[in-house]
Amino acid sequence: MAGGKEVRTKIASIKSTQKITSAMEMVAASKMRKAQDRMALGRPYAQRIRAVIGHVANASAEYQHIYLQEREAKRVGFILVSTDRGLCGGLNINMFKAAIRDMQAWSERGVDVEICAVGNKAASFFNTIGGKVVAALRDVGDNPQANKLIGSVKVMMDRFAEGEIDRLFLVSNEFVNTMSQKPRVEQLLPLPKEDNDQLKHDWDYLYEPEPVDLLDGLLARYIESQVYQAVVENKACEQAARMIAMKSATDNAGELIDALQLVYNKARQAAITQELSEIVGGAAAV
Amino acid sequence: MAMTVHCDIVSAEESLFSGLVEMVIVTGVEGELGISYGHAQLLTALKPGPVRIIKQGGEEEVLYVSGGYAEVQPNMVTILADVAEREIDEEAAQKAREEAAHALHQAPSEVDYARISAQLAEAEARLRTMQAIRKAAGK
Repeated sequence: MAGGKEVRTKIASIKSTQKITSAMEMVAASKMRKAQDRMALGRPYAQRIRAVIGHVANASAEYQHIYLQEREAKRVGFILVSTDRGLCGGLNINMFKAAIRDMQAWSERGVDVEICAVGNKAASFFNTIGGKVVAALRDVGDNPQANKLIGSVKVMMDRFAEGEIDRLFLVSNEFVNTMSQKPRVEQLLPLPKEDNDQLKHDWDYLYEPEPVDLLDGLLARYIESQVYQAVVENKACEQAARMIAMKSATDNAGELIDALQLVYNKARQAAITQELSEIVGGAAAV
Repeated sequence: MAMTVHCDIVSAEESLFSGLVEMVIVTGVEGELGISYGHAQLLTALKPGPVRIIKQGGEEEVLYVSGGYAEVQPNMVTILADVAEREIDEEAAQKAREEAAHALHQAPSEVDYARISAQLAEAEARLRTMQAIRKAAGK
């Protein structure tokens, strides 16, 4: 049986780990609330602009913006939204798996894959496995700024406009509830058409000012808002996942301490019994 | 009863209005637009200025938007504002206008000139919205 001393130090060390994990749990819980609020505030805009773009994609316009043109896919781009830090359960790895499944499907058809990584984890993961990372944004922080995101997203938009890539996908986590987050892959470019029978007939907008300028601005705004919303939502997912992961770590530490405490008590009792019998045996001999 | 159309007004920060309206009046880049039920499909950029909403029953509400886009379908209107405000700080707007007007005289470069005149336009649009809100309230 292990000596009492070693067991005691082990318990102390697990206790201090438990303190850290429970503190992280509480921090994540409070950050999650803020992140969720931010996600909820941005949602109406992201949804509305998506609906508008769905209509725009259905319009039989004279001027076809480059973002609306379907091309044969020779090279595709992925924007991956990950977290900056680890210790948030399987959040990132589940998302990477979903992304890699998609990428493999493209590769099998002989299509090249390019990656734009948002967040430290995606950048280092895909650099290690040898993905082609063309743009990376590290250290997004707790409070993502739209104008910081635009730079790396712009790289991908420009590549699409230049014909370097023919599809652009956005991979991020969807916040279902605190307990569950789901990886999601959606197509950003070319713009997906909304399935709506009312819009099937031949029609077009009146544009003010000219469609060229107007659509440039509107479509760029659309992509930015979708990516921003994905980043904000991923932040909420990160905090929720971290909270759950840290909660189970704290619980596990508690169980471990209980088990070790039992071992320690047994060892202590055995030592006392042994001592007593030695004293009794000694007294009898005298 | 007047025909109504569904209208949504959202900014990047929040949803400001969603419901049936008789007419909504926005400031497009090429002039003011009054949109009611059955308007032709239209896509326009917006200038800083007031958005007047005439709700079902004739009640009026005025908001300020700093720019953005408006999409019109025959049965719905969507306004995607960059920044939208319900309450306007009149003093701040007045001060911003004076400062911008002053700075405009001594703008050192073309870029500054464009930026400052945009600020001036925004401050003036805020004040115009203020007046529209007063008018709507006084009615």
